[in-house]
Amino acid sequence: MATLLDLSITYALACVLAAMLLCTVRLLKGPSAHDRVLALDTLWMCGMLLALVLGIRSGSQICFEVAMLIALVGFVSTVAMAKFLMRGEIIE
Amino acid sequence: MNGAADIPSWAALAAALLLALGATIVLIGALGLLRLRTFYQRIHGPAITITLGAGGVLLASMVYFTAAQSRLVVHELIIAGFLLATAPVVSMLIMRAAVYRDLRARKGESGATAGKVYSITGEE
Repeated sequence: MATLLDLSITYALACVLAAMLLCTVRLLKGPSAHDRVLALDTLWMCGMLLALVLGIRSGSQICFEVAMLIALVGFVSTVAMAKFLMRGEIIE
Repeated sequence: MNGAADIPSWAALAAALLLALGATIVLIGALGLLRLRTFYQRIHGPAITITLGAGGVLLASMVYFTAAQSRLVVHELIIAGFLLATAPVVSMLIMRAAVYRDLRARKGESGATAGKVYSITGEE
């Protein structure tokens, strides 16, 4: 069963990395600015999931704090960029 | 490679299934983000990444660490609650910015701003 878990962890790593690659393609070629913001938000989420999967792989609890910090910073940065797209300035 | 590989087989099976399911859903969401046509269709892609994909991976992490440490490890619920609280806020902010920008750029034919439902005052 541990072999099955190893296979599944490798598969999950490959899937999350492929998802990050697709998000990067959308980030580079997105026709408008809000497409790029959406792709960057999805890229933050995929990075958080990558930290979680790496935490399961190495069996350490440190990666949980990494994932939580990535989620927090991703939320704040996406809100700031959406506000900038909406108004043209962030703090008014 | 694995730090604690000696977990019981039911926990390994459950964690492997949840991890594979979550990772597949994450990949499907990113594929939707890349393949769909307009922006208002594209914003539905990351929604399943955040809810179901992250939910599967977080549940797998909970099951794995609970079985590996022989005690109840549920602090992944913090991330899950935070994601479920902030995902609608983020998508609503991005969508409002997109509608505003499309209206201001006079692109009346795309998605939610199609037709004459919304119009800027002064525009014919």
